Amino acid sequence: MPRDDPKDLHPDGMIVIRDLFKSFGENRVLQGLNLDVKRGEDMVVIGRSGSGKSVLIKCIIGLIKPDRGSIYINGEDIVPFKEKNLNEMRKKFGMLFQFGALFDSMPVWENVGFGLKQHTELKNDEIRDIVKEKLKMVGLDGVDDLMPSELSGGMKKRVSLARAIAMEPEILLYDEPTTGLDPIMADVINELIIRLREKLKVTSIAITHDMVSAYKIANRIAMLYQGKIIEVGTPDEIRNSNNDVVQQFIQGRSEGPITRGK
Amino acid sequence: MRKLFVLKTIGFFEEAGRIVILFVNTLIWTFRPPLNLKNIVLQMEYVGINSFFVVFIMSIFIGMVFALQSFSGFQKFHAEAFVGTIVALAMVRELGPVFSGLMVSGRVGAAMAAELGTMKVTEQIDALNTLATNPIKYLVVPRFLASLFVMPILIIFSDIVGIIGGYLVSVYILDQNSEVYKKRTWDYMELEDIYIGLIKACVFGVIIAIVSCHQGFHTMGGAEGVGKATTRAVVQSSLLILISNYFITALLF
Repeated sequence: MPRDDPKDLHPDGMIVIRDLFKSFGENRVLQGLNLDVKRGEDMVVIGRSGSGKSVLIKCIIGLIKPDRGSIYINGEDIVPFKEKNLNEMRKKFGMLFQFGALFDSMPVWENVGFGLKQHTELKNDEIRDIVKEKLKMVGLDGVDDLMPSELSGGMKKRVSLARAIAMEPEILLYDEPTTGLDPIMADVINELIIRLREKLKVTSIAITHDMVSAYKIANRIAMLYQGKIIEVGTPDEIRNSNNDVVQQFIQGRSEGPITRGK
Repeated sequence: MRKLFVLKTIGFFEEAGRIVILFVNTLIWTFRPPLNLKNIVLQMEYVGINSFFVVFIMSIFIGMVFALQSFSGFQKFHAEAFVGTIVALAMVRELGPVFSGLMVSGRVGAAMAAELGTMKVTEQIDALNTLATNPIKYLVVPRFLASLFVMPILIIFSDIVGIIGGYLVSVYILDQNSEVYKKRTWDYMELEDIYIGLIKACVFGVIIAIVSCHQGFHTMGGAEGVGKATTRAVVQSSLLILISNYFITALLF
């Protein structure tokens, strides 16, 4: 069977995922997942803890190799990529990890400037200037020489965000951007995500189970359930969805189709 | 019971295979420029300079006790004069390399496994990958090269300190003649003894770095996982040091 050209699948699809399967032993996490993310939009994938959201995002950036299926980035399937091509592809990405994943052996500025140091010929002074500017974009000033252990949770996330945007990526991936933060800091991060999208014109995918955050930052929301995307729509469409599973999740009810028989 | 045995055996070979693969990948990445000199120097400092003191204490006491023991044994057939020979040969051929290897695996191997293991469970290794940086190149190669180059220096140091320890006990406590002791130390020493000691040093250095980094990379779970990885790194590298030591001796002497 000839493969469809992903450009035909979705003319302005930045990220097009087709029939993605991934199992860990007996545990079938992704079971034929399809998802289209348009250029410049912010797609938020919602789902329960352990539903495979993290696995999905790690497949997209090549940290986990799917068993089957295709992931087209700008029309190119990255699943068969080897290390070298993957690393070239990853330079287009920035990723914000759930707990920041800052390198704790180096100060903030080296963390943020890590990609620049590794992949450009820039001198330390020039890197420090860029780092300063990126830190300013995430609302931080004067933390350049602190160690990650000296930062609060919200600051760590923002430094990690600065690191993610340091190489001026086309695509940003957010792994639970607001988890573990107080509501005010969570909103600060939400605002930042929106501002970065407008300013940097990036395409972003965020995974979260925080509905406040999802409604706020999403252009479109996709619900991941039993290894598949069961519904995609704008925040309003999702809010008014007829799907009982979606309704149970977004309302956060313990009774419903998701938990029936468990 | 039989099923468990089969599973354990498969697990053993799987792990051994992964260690070999990591070793091969590390070699490949070592020869791929650029080398991160800053990280290599940092690791050398950590593996080497900070180990000198413990190796010093360890070696001097090994040399001392070995002189004491061999003196009381040799005395029975009036061969006390050969204490210097036996201390020097034992230090250079076996005691220096093996004990230093074990000490460094406990000190440095444990730290490598714990550091990389923590990086694994806090997603720092994933973060390296997303920043288009190969973790083997960035983390393993500097540790590998540092261990490879520093172990021989540490072991020569250990040999010398051990021989001095033996000398001190023999001359100042057991009243042996200083000149005779020195002469007996050098008379039977051959260049071969020293370079085989150095080969052992390099092999042990490689074992410590690769086994510990492998355990770090395959750490699962939180703090408990890091603890387990650290223990496994020390146990595996210590056993491999003792086993490989036998085979190097058997093949080369």
